[in-house]
Amino acid sequence: MIWVDTVLQGVLLGGLYALFALGLSLVFGIMRLVNLAHGDLIVFAAYLILLLVTLLGLGPFMAAIVALPIMFALGWALQRVVLNRVLGTDILPPLLVTFGLSVVLQNALLEGFSADSRRIPAGWLETASLPIGPISLGVMPLLTFLSAIAVTLALQWVFYRTSLGRAFRATSDDPVTASLMGVKPASVFAKATGIAMIVVTIAALYLGTRANFDPTTGPARLIYAFEAVIIGGLGSLWGTLAGGIIIGVAQTVGAQINPEWQILAGHVAFLVVLLIRPRGLFPRAFD
Amino acid sequence: MAGQTYTVSTRTAASQIAAVVALVLLVVAIALPAFASRSLIQDMFFILTMLTLAQFWNLLAGYGGLVSVGQQAFVGFGAYMLFGGAILWGVNPVAGLLLSGVFALILAIPTAFFAFRLQGAYFAIGTWVVAEVVRLSVAQWKAVGGGTGTSLPRDARDAMWGVEWIEAAFDTRSSAARDILAYWLALALAVATIGGIYWFLRTKRGLALAALRDNVDAARSVGVDSARMKWVVFLVAAFGTGIAGGLIFLQNGRISPDSAFSVIDWTAFVIFIVVIGGIGTIEGPIIGVLVFFALQTLLADFGAWYLMVLGGLGIAVMLFAPGGLWGLVSGRTGIQLFPIRRRLERRE
Repeated sequence: MIWVDTVLQGVLLGGLYALFALGLSLVFGIMRLVNLAHGDLIVFAAYLILLLVTLLGLGPFMAAIVALPIMFALGWALQRVVLNRVLGTDILPPLLVTFGLSVVLQNALLEGFSADSRRIPAGWLETASLPIGPISLGVMPLLTFLSAIAVTLALQWVFYRTSLGRAFRATSDDPVTASLMGVKPASVFAKATGIAMIVVTIAALYLGTRANFDPTTGPARLIYAFEAVIIGGLGSLWGTLAGGIIIGVAQTVGAQINPEWQILAGHVAFLVVLLIRPRGLFPRAFD
Repeated sequence: MAGQTYTVSTRTAASQIAAVVALVLLVVAIALPAFASRSLIQDMFFILTMLTLAQFWNLLAGYGGLVSVGQQAFVGFGAYMLFGGAILWGVNPVAGLLLSGVFALILAIPTAFFAFRLQGAYFAIGTWVVAEVVRLSVAQWKAVGGGTGTSLPRDARDAMWGVEWIEAAFDTRSSAARDILAYWLALALAVATIGGIYWFLRTKRGLALAALRDNVDAARSVGVDSARMKWVVFLVAAFGTGIAGGLIFLQNGRISPDSAFSVIDWTAFVIFIVVIGGIGTIEGPIIGVLVFFALQTLLADFGAWYLMVLGGLGIAVMLFAPGGLWGLVSGRTGIQLFPIRRRLERRE
């Protein structure tokens, strides 16, 4: 029974990792940009929500809703002002710029909020759980997982059912031809990063309410997100969700065997997938 | 056309002057412990080891197109092998530097095997994952202190080759003598690194590497084996980075997984040094490390602001002057201190 419980907890944890990963997957899928500051942006959004909760006395969910447009605007501006300048065939400039951004963000947060670890208070939800048979599932982990599915569905809908999604796919396939059809890649990219920041904010809400975070939490989140994207296969949103779940289950199972192995087990699962299926489980993109 | 011959040359007037200046500087640097304070020796040690790490990262990213964010794996693993060798097998730490290099090289083989499966930008995070795996695994190694780390044993420190001689020659205490030894080793390593990379870039293989840097498709079309070059560059960089890691912690005397596998100390700083100085040149990391050291000294009291300034500067350079400071200088003046460009000269 303990193993069923462990795996179930892992699946729910995987929902959180999928939320970390979906924004990364989206941006990579559209503009082949690997944002090394992704994890730090999640932590930044968590601090933003925390600030709204403590300053305005909002509930965590309300604070996240207020944070959404702010983060969208930040993502849009980041892409417009900085990242669009460095996109191109050379992979070096975007990597180095986002790496610099990661270091700047971490230290700005350190300066602003100190190195103390923090948590977004979520009241009774923090400890609430649903008993299902002999197993009890936390309400927050369950909400996280459902949100991950909802975000995947929403992104899938945007991608395949809206004109914006058509512009995303067209720009992803061939930016030059897409721009001949009246699509402006610079503006499409800015919207994509804005949407990625919305996903980041949702991820931050659950990161911040479920566990402690501090300014140095970001890089590890980036690594989990990256592993989920690669396991799932580049460009596949459902694959990313599956990748998150695999990392989550590997971690809880590893922790069940030896608490010191939790993080290591997740990484090992990633390396095993990379060994067997270098292009991920559900590859879509060819590049 | 009688009497005219053509020769291929890489030499320039600037490079000849630079060679003479470098030789003088080297003599001064070797003699430095005779008249410099201990803190200056320690600063120089820091500059030289960072310069070595920067040169190897530059070889990887600037020439090989391999943007690794996981070089701390080799720094940490190399350092841990030196400590492990000294603690478990009683290896003299100076000889242990070779262990550092060799084990880093061995680690590089599976690392490359995994990371090369990831294309382009994803290679970067792939190397980071490997570094995390190595850090977490080493933290399980109880003989070298597990997660909390350990110190270099006293008898291993005292047994270091050359320390007694330095003590007698410079009439100092053994801790200062160890700093001088570490400084000389760092100097030798930095000179060997710069000399070795410069030599390599001037060989046929180096030309192939430069060709790959400038245009992968064109280089491959004339027969350059890009996959093989990547392996060569990655393994060489791991070997050198491992030795530098061993040396850094030999001087430090204490090691822990968090310090030995620090992404900020051994990769972020190194990347900023190379980018600010000028990526893809040998001169760049030299300028970069001096700027880096100056900034660190100036902003030492400002904590996190220092890293923000460094990161911001790195971003600004990448956006507005991708060639870095040296790129600005050589772009305006055409000066090359380490010329690798072959020019055809006509001799009457």
